[in-house]
Formats: sequence, structure tokens, C-alpha cells
Amino acid sequence: MTKNLRVKSSEYIDETNRISFKFNGKTYHGFKGDTLASALLANDVHLVGRSFKYHRPRGIMTSGSEEPNAIVQVNPGTNRTEPNVRATEVEIYEGLEASSQNCWPSVEFDIGGINNFLSPFFPAGFYYKTFMWPASFWEKYEFFIRHSAGLGKSPTSNDPDIYDHRNIHCDVLVVGAGISGILAAKNAAKNNLKTLLVDEKNELGGSTIYENNEFNKIDNKAPSEWLKKEIEELKNIKNLEIKTRTSVAAYHQYNYLLARENLTDHLEAKDKTNKIRQRLLKIRAKKVILATGALERPLIFNNNDRPGIMLSSAIKKYSEFYGVACGSKNVFFTNNDSAYESALSLYNKGINVEAIIDIREQSESKIVKKVKEAGIKVYWSHTIVDTAGYKRLNSVSIMKLSNDGTSVTGSKISISCDCLGVAGGWTPAVHLYTQSGNKLKFDEEKKVFLPNQNTSEQISVGSCGGDFKIDEIIKNLNQKLKDTLNINETDLDGIKVEIDQENSKRNIWLLPSDKPLGKTKPFVDYQNDATAKDIKLALREGFRSIEHVKRYTTTGMGTDQGKLGNMHALGIIADTAGVKMGKLGTTTFRPPYTPLTFGTIVGRNVGKFFDIFRRTPMNDWHVENKAEFENVGQWKRAWYYPINGETMHQAVQRESKAARESAGMLDASTLGKIDIQGSDASEFLNRVYTNAWSKLAVGKCRYGLMLNEDGMVYDDGVTTRLGENHYIMTTTTGGAANVLGKLEDYLQTEWPELDVYLTSVTDHYATASLCGPNSKKILKKIIPDLDLSDENFPHMSFKEAKIGHIQCRIMRISFTGEHSYEINVQASYGKDLWEKCMEAGQEFNITPYGTETMHLLRAEKGFIIVGQDTDGTMTPIDLQMDWIVSKKKYDFIGKRSLYRSDTMREDRKQLVGLLTDDPNIVLEEGAQIVSELNQSPVEMLGHVTSSYFSPNLKKSIALAVVRGGKDMMGKKLFVPMENKNINVTVANPVFYDEKNERLNA
Amino acid sequence: MFLINCPYCGERDQQEFKAGGEAHIERPKQPTELSDDEWAEYLFMRKNIKGVQFERWNHAHGCRKWFNMVRDTSNDEIKAIYKMGEKPPSQ
Ligand SMILES: [Zn+2]
Repeated sequence: MTKNLRVKSSEYIDETNRISFKFNGKTYHGFKGDTLASALLANDVHLVGRSFKYHRPRGIMTSGSEEPNAIVQVNPGTNRTEPNVRATEVEIYEGLEASSQNCWPSVEFDIGGINNFLSPFFPAGFYYKTFMWPASFWEKYEFFIRHSAGLGKSPTSNDPDIYDHRNIHCDVLVVGAGISGILAAKNAAKNNLKTLLVDEKNELGGSTIYENNEFNKIDNKAPSEWLKKEIEELKNIKNLEIKTRTSVAAYHQYNYLLARENLTDHLEAKDKTNKIRQRLLKIRAKKVILATGALERPLIFNNNDRPGIMLSSAIKKYSEFYGVACGSKNVFFTNNDSAYESALSLYNKGINVEAIIDIREQSESKIVKKVKEAGIKVYWSHTIVDTAGYKRLNSVSIMKLSNDGTSVTGSKISISCDCLGVAGGWTPAVHLYTQSGNKLKFDEEKKVFLPNQNTSEQISVGSCGGDFKIDEIIKNLNQKLKDTLNINETDLDGIKVEIDQENSKRNIWLLPSDKPLGKTKPFVDYQNDATAKDIKLALREGFRSIEHVKRYTTTGMGTDQGKLGNMHALGIIADTAGVKMGKLGTTTFRPPYTPLTFGTIVGRNVGKFFDIFRRTPMNDWHVENKAEFENVGQWKRAWYYPINGETMHQAVQRESKAARESAGMLDASTLGKIDIQGSDASEFLNRVYTNAWSKLAVGKCRYGLMLNEDGMVYDDGVTTRLGENHYIMTTTTGGAANVLGKLEDYLQTEWPELDVYLTSVTDHYATASLCGPNSKKILKKIIPDLDLSDENFPHMSFKEAKIGHIQCRIMRISFTGEHSYEINVQASYGKDLWEKCMEAGQEFNITPYGTETMHLLRAEKGFIIVGQDTDGTMTPIDLQMDWIVSKKKYDFIGKRSLYRSDTMREDRKQLVGLLTDDPNIVLEEGAQIVSELNQSPVEMLGHVTSSYFSPNLKKSIALAVVRGGKDMMGKKLFVPMENKNINVTVANPVFYDEKNERLNA
Repeated sequence: MFLINCPYCGERDQQEFKAGGEAHIERPKQPTELSDDEWAEYLFMRKNIKGVQFERWNHAHGCRKWFNMVRDTSNDEIKAIYKMGEKPPSQ
């Protein structure tokens, strides 16, 4: 029978709303308002997981997002399952299921627990040292490690939830809705500033809302009562937006922050449907007020990790806020007064507090006196030297501390208990502050790293700024608000605060035991099982940089990023190495502050919205005619059009033959098109292309090659002179945007004196490329009144014409070597044009062909494709295209580089044709080429760039780049493959119609 | 994520912009007159300063205009933005 540890009715817990949930298969009950952690604790369940390396039983330690141990898998086995969720953050709902991670086969009996007994063999760097050798064993190790450790399981089916992104611009963003955040937000909004207040919890108020120290007063009221009134007032303030369950994950430069707003995780499955689960808020704030509070530190002592050992502040929150006692026999261990508040909280509810162990010599504050009056035993100058209890704490052993705090004396006292609250002071949550790029300074007196500066754009207030007591908080907050918001008065002027002064402090980073350190387990990082011993070992082995020690020992590298123990790690390093903590610095805090789901990061950009895609105006026709598509950049291009169950090879062979024997048609709408106008347009083209343009007559087309300034081929295409000062340039499909960008760059930054205007018109025109010996007849049928004679409309020329009422630009240019026309119409007429051509071509068996056939046809002609036959290291000379490089022009982009000693080398890779000795073997694109077999190592001369079986030549053809290939015509080379060597011969890359007779056929 | 004040459009998010490398490297007017070394200096050599750096930026997904920026690369503070052709601010 499980115990019921619900001790008080709390206004935050709805005891009329009883909720059942399952943990590790067993059903429990809690109430609306409970977290999984508070509900489990109310049922006296502490053991919730196993540690990563030693598989030690671990319990709930905290009440917030800093939780290192209570990491659970939520809704295991469903499509909504999520690993690595902190039980302290899961709000329970009817039907919730959760299970422990890191244990196999179960949390109660865990095979990996044997690592605990083997722990002398698992020191820092164990994994690095052991699994280094032999390398071939790694797979075996990995299998073992993954199976027995593992950090939860990712879902195996699609996420049913919707995620969203939202941009928010505000004057003031306040992060954290504790007392400081609430007062900051209220005053900002009241001064007409658009204010956003976010908090990761579902209730506002932070820790002040359950403050129980009766000696603290604000305006003569208990701080919790006073704050509730303030929260109530927030509801009536304009300009203020409040978001709860919203955790700021990242703080980037220029006050750009990312926050995750949780909308449905606390709802039952039936209420989650069709709702946005989480929303990523992209916040750009003029000013950011960080009020992220402080995290309580544990103390580092032998066996400080047993289930039942918790932060003292968490015990107080469970008691005051959730109405749950974490144990029936409680002990506290502290170095400051805060544990006395937690002890009194339990005592006042009739829960047994056995003792308080305090490492200080004394404390005279009112709360301490009150505890003494209550008859609770306080052991001054004592420390815990050991704890006992495997799956749940059952006792602690204490001894007297020496004056210098490095050893213990006297006899050991054992105190039986089932819960230990540990209070080691407070660490300001400066994670977001440092993410923003600002530096920390170390405060020797408070033993904390604090923000080094407040700027006009960002301030840290409250305990994250180093103010821990309510009087300090309110006084400093008031001044900071006035300075930052440029206001003269605030609500905080004249507030009267009384507090219980703490007058004694003592800090010891690593508490001694009666056993030597080597025989103890003082955990610093609970999640990664890094102990003080490991840190000292790392120092002995020569690690000095805090970043190196972190990686070697894995301290701070878990999903909690070591929120609890990082300060102790630094303190132990500083003490051991004799360095000041301020000099040592901290490790880098990286986003996210708490883990984000992938769903939140991608938002709506899933499925077909993952990446944008572009379709041509003819797309519907391709779909109706069963085309297969390929992605070319963002374009969906028709790849081939299989009929009657053809394979790709069969379809491409058929299409290629038809294009050469009668007529074929390609959707070329994706080619980049740039409209170039201005009185210097010709001069501009002269400078960007390798060949000369000034003499190109109006109405003529010319192929141009564009280089980078380093002399390497960048793009190519045909440009047409439409008028005296008007050109239309075509670019490769993939290069369109980059070419435009590059041309704009030169125009704006190098040649601003040129009168030239560039406009991208790629999307404005649809292009059908009609080719083959019958293309002329087909065009004649569509446009009877256009004179298509070679005299009037020769190859490489342009005409404007009308198809019915549709205005079109026709270029007689060819990428296949056949007589062909590229017909451009306004995009909205694209499909109409295509259908007209198909209809007119029917009697000639016009065959639509896709990109694959286009590639094959051009390869037969030895025409390059930039990006396939070139890779950014090929000059026009390497491509054997010397003819296109003007010798006369004084300059063009890349010209000088063609005369660099390196680009003039004779043994550069050069484009050649390759023919296989066996005409039926088609080479693999990318295959390597050698001149010697049976030699090892062998020099790779180059590789195959394009390869096809040509139906028109009835043999395999290939283009390749080969070192010194230009002078190898007829030479025998080899293409070694996995299980055979293919014999090839270097050939002229123009395989078909070398004399270009078919252009005018 | 910077907030960049385009001299033509005003403050915009960094994702609308493209960085274009070091500023104030003029393309030689007479490249053919240069030795290999001199050309290589123009072509390949760029500074990578930890500290104040002069850079070219392009409002690629906006007005498409190029402009110059003075940025401290150690903390990403944008110290100045000025149009192409304008004199860089004196430090
Ligand atoms: Zn702009």
C-alpha cells in the first residue's frame, strides 16, 4: 500500500479534480495542478531513474527545469512519445503515461547497475581510454553501450501534432515572472511600453508566491500575499502580454530571442487534437529584462545522489505549493538559512524533521531561532560523511568538521531519515545573459558569477542579477528600471520591506568524509555521473582549461547542461589548482536553455512545406501525361515520360530517337532568364562573358560562357539581342539566382558608371523547346505567316511572332544539335502553347522528352552542362572551348586568371570523350580513370562526368575530365570498378554530327 | 541574428542579407598589367580580423543593394553602415 503524503490543501492544486496516470506501468492518482514529480512524491515514489554511467538509482531532486535525474519518457510506444522530459515539468492529465529511462529491464532491477560495483574501473575519460583500441571493436562496444544506457527512445511514427512559429516585436521583453519580473513588466507596461512577460511555469510568482518566512514583510504583508495582489493587478494593464508555460531557449545578438510556448502538453489526448502543440516565438525586443532567478545548489558529499536526497528549496515548494511532503522523517543539510525555512514548512504541517546539519558555526537569524524553539536538533559545524539506502535513503552519517573544513573529527553519528534536503546556496541563472554575448564576473563574497554589465538594451534583475533578499531586490530593481526605461517614478518608490537578516556564511565546494576521496562518491554532475574524484583525476592528468575538464569528465554535458553542479566543478578545480574562480572563468552556456523538440524548431515547414518548390506553367500537362519528375534546385522538372510500363532507360531511348528522327519537345521554362536593358548593355556583356558582344546584330543570339574572377567556368547560356539596348540572357536552371546576384554585384560595386538594369524574368516566361527535323513543319502549322526560311530565320536568330493572339519570342537555337526553336510566351499561356505544339506535331509523332533525354542528346553533341561536366575547377581551355575566349578583348571577368601559371599548366584535367571498347558497357558517372592496372597506389587521372547509352549511335558514350587529356586522343585507359576493369579509349567529345549539318536539316 | 539597418530599407532581420566578404578591395582596372603575384593578391588574399572589420553586405532578399558595414567580429557589434562609393568612417 502506498503512502499518501498530501499534507495540506493548496490553492494551486484542485483536489476536486482527481487524475489517474501511469508511471512504469503502475496506476497512480494525483490532482489537477500536480506535476508528474509532485504526484509521484505524494505517492511516496522517489526512485524514478537510473544514472547514465553507473546506473545508480536516482530520485527526484528538484522542482523545475534544472532537474538532472527525473528524466522520463512520456507516453511511451505512442506517436506522441517524447524522451528526456523532466518529470518536474510535466503537468499531469488524465491518461498520462510515463516511464523511466536509462534502465533495462526495469528501474527496480537494472542490469547496468553492475557498473556501480565496477565503478573503480570507470574513472574520468574511461570511454575515451578504453574504447579507443582496437578500432574494429568499436561497433561491439557501441552496441553494448547503447543497449544498456540509451537516453530514451525517439518516436518511430509521424508526429500527429501541429507546431507553429510566431514573430513578436516588443519594446520590453521580461523573462521570468517571479517577483522581479512581475514588477518590471508592470512598470514597463504602465509607461506605455509594449511589454511581453514570459515564464516557463504555468503559474506566475516564482518562489515568492510560496515564501513562508514569517519574518519577511512587504508593506507589512507576507510577501506571497503582497505578490498575489500585484499579479491580480497585471490583468488590467494594457500593453502587457503574458505567456506562461513559455521557456526562452536562446538569446541571440541584437535582442533576438527564441522561446517555446507550450500549449497542449498539459491537456488530455482528446483535447490535444487539431490544436497547435507548441509555438516557437521569435522575439525581437528593444529592451530585455532578465528576471530568470537563481537555482539552488546542492552540496557535494559522499553518496549525495540517493533517491530521497533533494534540494531543500524543492522540498519547500512541494510542501507549500503542491501540498506534498517529500518524506516522513526529514533531515536538512545546509550552509545557509534557507534550509530552516524548508524545515519549518514541514514542521508547521506536522511533518517530522529529525535534524538540521549546518556546516556553519552558528547563525543568529530569527528563522534559526524559531527552528530551535520548535525543538528541532541543529548540528553546527557538522557535515554528512556518508548516506545509506540503495533505492531510497534510510540514514545519513555525520561528523564534526575541522576548522579549515578539509577534514572531519570526532565520532560518527547516524541519523535515520527517508528524505534529505540539501541547501548549498544559490546560483544566479545567468545562462541567457551569457548567451547574449556578455561576460560574467565572479563575486568572491557571494561565491557567484554575476552579469558584468547592464546595458541600455539589457538588464538582469532580481536574483539572476545577484540580489537574493527581497529588500535588495526591490531597491536595485527600482533603480535599474528607472535607468533603463528612462522613467522618474515607479510603483516601487516607497515600498516598505522588512527582512530576516542572514549573518553567517560558509562555503565548502567539496565536503570531506572520514574515508579517503578515492573511496567516496561525491557526485558533481548527477546525470553524467561525474564525481569530484573524476575532476581531480583530470587535473592530475594535466587538464587545465575548464572546457577540457568538462569534456574529459563529461561534467555539465547532459541534457540538463549541469545546471546544478557546474559551480562546484569550478570550485573544486579552483581549490585544487590554487586558482581564483574569477580567473578560471566558466564553460560556455549554449542554447537551448532547456531542450526543444524538433517539431517546434521546424514549425509548419514539414512534409511538402519542408522546402519550397517551383513548378512550370506546363506542369499539369506533365502530371496528366504520367511524367516522372526530378528535382533541379527548387524546380520540379519532367524527367522522362514512360509509356506502357517502360523503364527509365527504355523511355529515354525512345524519346532520344524520336527527337532526332522526327520531333521532340522539352519544357525549358526553368532556364534562368535575365532582362538586360540600358545604353551600356553591350559593354556590360563584353565584360561578363568571355566572347565579344558589341557586334551582335539586333535579332541575333549568341552562346556565352561566364567565368569567375579565378578563371573557372561559372555559368553558360544563350543571350539574344532584342533591341539596340535590350538583351535577354538565359542562364542554367540552377545558376539563375546566383548569376543575377553576381552581375548585380559587379554593376553596383565595380562598374557603377555603367547604365544597365537587370531584371529577373524567369517566372514571367514559359519556354517550349521544339526540336528535330520536323520541328520547322510543326512551327509552320502553328504560325503560318512567319517566314521560317534559313534566309529569314537562320540558326542563332530571333523573331517575334503571334500564335493566335499570344505574343511570343522565338529563338532558333539548339541544345541538341537538331534544327530547333525555343518558343517563349507569357507564363500563363505556357500550357496552351505546349498543347498547341503537341496537337500540331501529332502527325509527326511529336514526342515530349524530359531532362534525362535532354542530357543524353547534348552529350551526343559534346555540349557541357555547367555543374555536371564542370565543378568550379575547369577553365574554358580545360573544356577545350578556346574558341569562345576572345583574344582581342582587353578584359572580362576571369581573363587575367587564364594566364596564371597554374591555369596554364598542360597537365590540368581536361574534358575529353570516352568510348568503351565494349560498346554495350555504360560507364558509371563519377567512376575514376587510370592509365595503369596492377599498380598500387595508382594515380587517378580523372573521372567520368556524363555517361549514356546513345540510341542514335547505338553505343555507349561518355564525357570525362582527364589529366592532360587533350593530348591523349586515341589513348587506351581503364576504368577500374569493384569487380572488373573497363577498357576505354579517349575520343573527340563531339560524338554525333561533328559538322553540325543537322542544325539546318 | 543581427538586426541590420539597410541604408535603403531600414532595419531588417539578418536572414534577408548575404555577407560579401572584405570591403574596399577594388578590382584592378588593368588586370593584364599585373604580375601573377599581384593578381593573386587581389584574387585570394582576404583579412580575417578578430576586431573591427570592413565588410560588404547585400540586401539579397530585399532591395538587392550592396552596401558596406563596419563590424566588430569579436562581439558582432555593427559600428557603421554606409553606401557603396561612400568613404568609410574614420575609426
Ligand atoms: Zn534594402
